[in-house]
Amino acid sequence: MTETAAESLVPEVGGLVIRFAGDSGDGMQLAGDRFTSASALFGNDLSTLPEFPAEIRAPAGTLAGVSAFQVHISDHDIFTPGDAPHVLVAMNPAALRAELGTLIDGGTVIVNADAFVERNLAKAGYDHDPLEGDDLDAYRLVRVPMTSLTKEACKDLGVKTRDAERSKNFFALGLLSWMYSRPIEPTIEWIEAKFKGRDLIIAANKAAFNAGHAFGETAELSDHQVVVRPAEMPAGTYTNINGNTALAWGLVAAGQLSGLPVFLGSYPITPASDILHELSRHKEFDVATFQAEDEIAAVGSALGAAYGGHLGVTTTSGPGVALKAETIGLAVSLELPLVIVNIQRGGPSTGLPTKTEAADLLMAMYGRHGESPLPVIAARTPADCFDQAIEAARIAIEYRTPVMLLSDGYLANSSEPWLLPEVDDLEPIPVGFASGFNQVDEDGNGVFWPYLRDEKMVRPWAIPGTPDLMHRIGGLEKEDGSGNVSYDGANHAHMVAVRAERIARIPVPDAEVCGDADADLLVVGWGSTWGAITATVRRIRNGGRKVAHVHLTYLNPLPANLGEVLSDFSTILVPEMNLGQLVRMLRDEYLVDARPVSKVTGQPFTPAELQHVILGELGDDA
Amino acid sequence: MTDTLLPEGGPGDVPPTTRADWQTDQEVRWCPGCGDYSILTALQLLMPDLGVRREKTVFVSGIGCAARFPYYMDTYGMHSIHGRAPAIATGLALARPDLDVWVVGGDGDMLSIGGNHLIHALRRNIDINILLFNNQIYGLTKGQFSPTSEKGKVTKSSPIGSCATPFNPVSVAIGAEASFVARTHDLDRRHMQEIFRRAYEHPGASFVEVYQNCNVFNDGAFETITKKDVRDDMLIPLVQGEPIRFGSDGQFGVARHDGGVRVVEVADVGVDALLVHDEARPDPSTSFALSRLADRPDRPTPMGVYRAVDRGEYGAAMHAQVDQMADSRGKADLKALLHSLPTWTV
Ligand SMILES: Cc1ncc(C[n+]2csc(CCOP(=O)(O)OP(=O)(O)O)c2C)c(N)n1
Ligand code: SF4
Ligand SMILES: [Mg+2]
Repeated sequence: MTETAAESLVPEVGGLVIRFAGDSGDGMQLAGDRFTSASALFGNDLSTLPEFPAEIRAPAGTLAGVSAFQVHISDHDIFTPGDAPHVLVAMNPAALRAELGTLIDGGTVIVNADAFVERNLAKAGYDHDPLEGDDLDAYRLVRVPMTSLTKEACKDLGVKTRDAERSKNFFALGLLSWMYSRPIEPTIEWIEAKFKGRDLIIAANKAAFNAGHAFGETAELSDHQVVVRPAEMPAGTYTNINGNTALAWGLVAAGQLSGLPVFLGSYPITPASDILHELSRHKEFDVATFQAEDEIAAVGSALGAAYGGHLGVTTTSGPGVALKAETIGLAVSLELPLVIVNIQRGGPSTGLPTKTEAADLLMAMYGRHGESPLPVIAARTPADCFDQAIEAARIAIEYRTPVMLLSDGYLANSSEPWLLPEVDDLEPIPVGFASGFNQVDEDGNGVFWPYLRDEKMVRPWAIPGTPDLMHRIGGLEKEDGSGNVSYDGANHAHMVAVRAERIARIPVPDAEVCGDADADLLVVGWGSTWGAITATVRRIRNGGRKVAHVHLTYLNPLPANLGEVLSDFSTILVPEMNLGQLVRMLRDEYLVDARPVSKVTGQPFTPAELQHVILGELGDDA
Repeated sequence: MTDTLLPEGGPGDVPPTTRADWQTDQEVRWCPGCGDYSILTALQLLMPDLGVRREKTVFVSGIGCAARFPYYMDTYGMHSIHGRAPAIATGLALARPDLDVWVVGGDGDMLSIGGNHLIHALRRNIDINILLFNNQIYGLTKGQFSPTSEKGKVTKSSPIGSCATPFNPVSVAIGAEASFVARTHDLDRRHMQEIFRRAYEHPGASFVEVYQNCNVFNDGAFETITKKDVRDDMLIPLVQGEPIRFGSDGQFGVARHDGGVRVVEVADVGVDALLVHDEARPDPSTSFALSRLADRPDRPTPMGVYRAVDRGEYGAAMHAQVDQMADSRGKADLKALLHSLPTWTV
């Protein structure tokens, strides 16, 4: 595969990366989302990267208010939103200024020329009009008076001018749909369904969309036209899904597969809130959502529900996990099932709330007082969030333990086509509440011992309401077996060891080596870096060099074969959106010279970045 | 839904129990003479009378001396973490409306570290019974001032007196929109039982403050009002529908005054001027005013039910929403959910 970005617009054969950027109020997320949907229905493989400002209504026209949506469409399977956009849609000067740097040389800049007036230029910090100077010489500039053309298109509809102006995102969408040969019908149908009953808005949006489309046709933009053909994908039915929706659906599925009602205790926090929103809409699946007064109550209520025999879940981001730590420790001690979902974001503290980072791995592993191990798993793609939500619930229920499921802001909001699973093929999750005595006392009477373990070291889950099994549990150390409070040092040492061992013994699938098993260099990843690493490894191997990739879903316990796998490679690189947290774990566990490749800019790795690092490491000799 | 999880046995055929059925084999670890013992006894004696099932009863507590309570009740129970019992109980009660969920904790547990959970459980009107054992001190951590300790209280952590104004728990609860608020004390078993029964019977969140003596770190804190020989003159019984009147000869009463209430001599104002207690008054102002009669246990203090109003319970509303979605959407269909966004087939 050659990268000839300068001549063609298509560095990966048959692929195109478009970035929609505008003021928060310009509707660019919507335009990007609709473009994505049409592309999905058209059959492209795709991957998206929405980026929001942290402020809800940053002053209009400022750099702080710029909202962007990147989409990568392709005629073959892809794994990331792309290295750099080929096309930038800039709805105002601030968007141009903030985003121009991301564009490839020779890329196309489509601007809403109407927005380039003195006031907006000043707000964006320009002392001149970039459309007039030499700022854009390295690019192909397409100036479109989108606001006035939109108003013109709407003028006979009886729409107020201000409302008509709002439809300019549909004008942009129409224009891009023409330039990149997207089907029109899905968007028209969507407008009609979305704004049902608000006929004026439907009319305005349709008029703007059609006007944008017609503008492309008549304004001789044909030399900008590009076709990205449908990708060849495995047969089946697809939907375009983002990570948070997939995760929410996975939790619904886990409830159905286990037969347990789902109880979500949650407190709103970006970028996790959408899971709360989504689950709130699906109560018919016996899903209860409880918006608690804080994260401590959120996890507390979930644990209370788990004690009562429900599938207790809490969803949050890093700051929330910090607050939940003590209660998670209680869950470790109580040995009750609980799913804790952390959609990571930039930290510490409030950090970069709308940007991605994956720097909570060590907190997931060790961020509690005392020796309090729990299983940690991480999703790798938006669609994988569905599978890992089910897996987290399965481990929690089967092994009676809190489980930490890690995702991040990137996976949460980015979307990809998902080959829908057959519901009947999903494995049921067995529950098995305790229903009778499990021990006899010295008088020969049946008694219930809440901490009597089975061969998997799992204690019985006896829910309130079960006759005869009344028992008390708590955070004080317990005597193994009887569960009675015990301050005995030897018993505590035993219990600490038991808690460690029962988690360490949870079977997890072996690590799989992708790429060249006989390479010298192994890339180890976890979480959302999967896409960028996979794309990079493919490129490097297509270039004739050898490289291998292991991606970890299970971070605690680690796959049993991992030490052996690592020992086969002389160089181990670990790309992470932190300063090297998995690296520490690998070094600690296996005494290997794993080295970090860090990125903490609030954006995911691009394959180009990783390619640069890895090729540098491999050196020139083939 | 939840029913499939529930073992057999409806309310109709509850086997009778005795006090012994409600006692565990665990050695009770409170200091000899601690007020907690009499509260435990009062409840263990009351439970057989309530005609409830032990397996349907759950005690959830936080941390503190008071919070040891669940270990001594032969029911289901969770001794959780400091302050969080109302939150944990909320999840349990919402998930399992078939259970009787009790919450027990101290003044530090529920008004300091757990204050937020307490007020929100009350505001939401979660169907739980909250017993706050107020000894105006941190017992388990060996005697620091608590959020109910009087200003100027000398303790280990306030050697020349604490600087903060205390909470009045009843006022806090009324301010937090509680639908049932009562106060009782550890020296009067009959009164405790009457109040606990009322709390049990009340739908929604019930809040009971129990004046409890910590004979080790705050001995006699309530003696000035609860001891037998002063009780008549210092405790004001709140009796529904009756003029509020107290004193060994009924010589005192409570009357409205200047937007609030005050203690009066009946001889001065006449019986007709006395405030008639109405715990069910929708407006909480009068109950609140009653709670302000005594901000310290050295003045006549109302005992009994300050407030008991019927107000929608959170769990019922929550489950009604589940049913509403189930009714409007029909049978839950996972496949349909997965196909609910636009799909395409290759
Ligand atoms: C997170 C946390 N902080 C502090 C403590 C220490 N602690 C235990 S009980 C308690 C206060 C107990 O006072 P109160 O709730 O009034 O109960 P009492 O012992 O008086 O019954 C404190 C501070 C703890 N267990 N956990
Ligand atoms: S310290 Fe006080 S409250 Fe705690 S058990 Fe002893 S007497 Fe009771
Ligand atoms: Mg106390």
